[in-house]
Amino acid sequence: MHPAFSVIFLTTLIGVGQGLFLALVTGQVYSLANLLQPQDSLSFYATGSSLSLLLLVVGLLASFFHLGHPERAWRSAACWRTSWLSREVIVLPLFMLLVAAYATVHYLGLTKPLFALQDVIEVDASLLLGILGAVAAFALYICTAMIYASIKFIEEWHSPLTVINFTLFGLASGFMLAAAFSAWKGVDLVGFYGAWAVVFTLMAAVSRGMSLQRNTHLVHKSTLQTAIGIRHKGIVQKAQGFMGGSFNTREFFHGASDSTLRLVYWFFLGMVFVFPVLLLGASYWLASPYLPVAAFAVQYLGLMAERWYFFAEARHPQNLYYQSMA
Amino acid sequence: MTQLALVIDLNVCVGCHACVTSCKEWNTSGWAGPLTDHRPYDKDPTGTFFNRVQTFEVGEFPKTETVHFPKSCLHCEEPPCVPVCPTGASYKRKDNGVVLVDYDKCIGCKYCSWACPYGMRELDEYQKVMKKCTLCIDRIANDALPEVERKPACVLACPTSARLFGDVHDPDSEVSMAIREQGGYQLMPEWGTKPANHYLPRRKTRIQIFEDELERADNPLRKEAPLPAAEGETLDDVSF
Repeated sequence: MHPAFSVIFLTTLIGVGQGLFLALVTGQVYSLANLLQPQDSLSFYATGSSLSLLLLVVGLLASFFHLGHPERAWRSAACWRTSWLSREVIVLPLFMLLVAAYATVHYLGLTKPLFALQDVIEVDASLLLGILGAVAAFALYICTAMIYASIKFIEEWHSPLTVINFTLFGLASGFMLAAAFSAWKGVDLVGFYGAWAVVFTLMAAVSRGMSLQRNTHLVHKSTLQTAIGIRHKGIVQKAQGFMGGSFNTREFFHGASDSTLRLVYWFFLGMVFVFPVLLLGASYWLASPYLPVAAFAVQYLGLMAERWYFFAEARHPQNLYYQSMA
Repeated sequence: MTQLALVIDLNVCVGCHACVTSCKEWNTSGWAGPLTDHRPYDKDPTGTFFNRVQTFEVGEFPKTETVHFPKSCLHCEEPPCVPVCPTGASYKRKDNGVVLVDYDKCIGCKYCSWACPYGMRELDEYQKVMKKCTLCIDRIANDALPEVERKPACVLACPTSARLFGDVHDPDSEVSMAIREQGGYQLMPEWGTKPANHYLPRRKTRIQIFEDELERADNPLRKEAPLPAAEGETLDDVSF
């Protein structure tokens, strides 16, 4: 498949945004259980969730560049019964709304407990919104990934691993950003978020490793024989029906050389899984606020390469009909 | 229920591209048009087509065969491109099973083209909407046309009658009989899309000749030699 930068930006940016929001809510829940120091509503939660919202907005804007008719984008909420894309289009704004409400509640300091559960856990509006938002964030990971995983004949994508990868990559980069944000703010949560970021990064390394392994050994169901229905081992395409290319040759081929593909492969493996973990480890010893920021920046760049590779490695069965130009 | 479809006879198709040009001509100027082109008279011309003819060579010389393979939307009975459309612009007509795109609703997200294993959908680079074969819906459903002309433009144009058109759900239709009697098959049956369009395979007509039929004593093509008269009557000498 041809990797479109609009989609690469959309999926990586909203993944980080969701992960950051989940990290903030996790921090809030931990502090509720007195496992962590409670943080300042305004400077930590309101600012952090605004950053998450900003990432979601930029991701959404990027997605418009993928559309031929962005002015009709509102129509895409219509077929949520059958289309995962439609479901994403509904869940994303819903999630953004919850993040915005969460940010507003913290900004205005409306964090007086509304009621207490068993006289111990004090529940305020921000916690309720946070939990609703967390549910929406996970639903959004599923919707985004299922857009790809639901197409059964793009066999590289048609696997539960796709959903697990999207979720883990989002969580890893989101917690990484939360660590960077804490370091920048001088908040004592770098260790907490950093540890989770490393855990999610390692889990993502396992699941992405499994999907890469699966894809190298994948035997495609469709062959040129089933594509044109002729039973012979030696079929060679002599003409595609045109000479200057078509939508079919532009949309479904990445057009990159094998060496570029290898380069991107090793680049994303290092940038997503190795360097961020090393940088976070270094920041643990050096206590520098820049290193977690660098770790996040490195991982985000790596994730863009990973998403590019995700598209490039998918081989669409329609490519069987376009084997040689003539 | 009616399911209109094409049956394409690969045994007859000569790869002349008449179906391609007449499709383009009808559909660029009709309801589904325009089918825009990019650099049509320049280097690397490209554009939107509903129908293409590809050519494949089967086997190795000297035992080769050239197969011309017309390729257009198969109007699947379980079209995977329709449920994925987020806007409902892609739909399958209830009355005749034709898969269509509502250009006024299409947002050009290309998701349907990803969801077609055959690559039969093409994004119009100028109008920025997804386009595909309509089976000439503006001909076949047009009561103002005389009945013989209520057929897709490609079918009317085909000089060798390699393209048949009709209802594949009616067991007595020309297309159903052709599929049944001449080995009609579907493309990529492994995905369960149930394409309505079928292809008829290459068919060879061979006469079977055994050695003894060539070696008949009175075969006129036989090399001249004394007749084996001593052996008495041959089978051919016996008449009733």
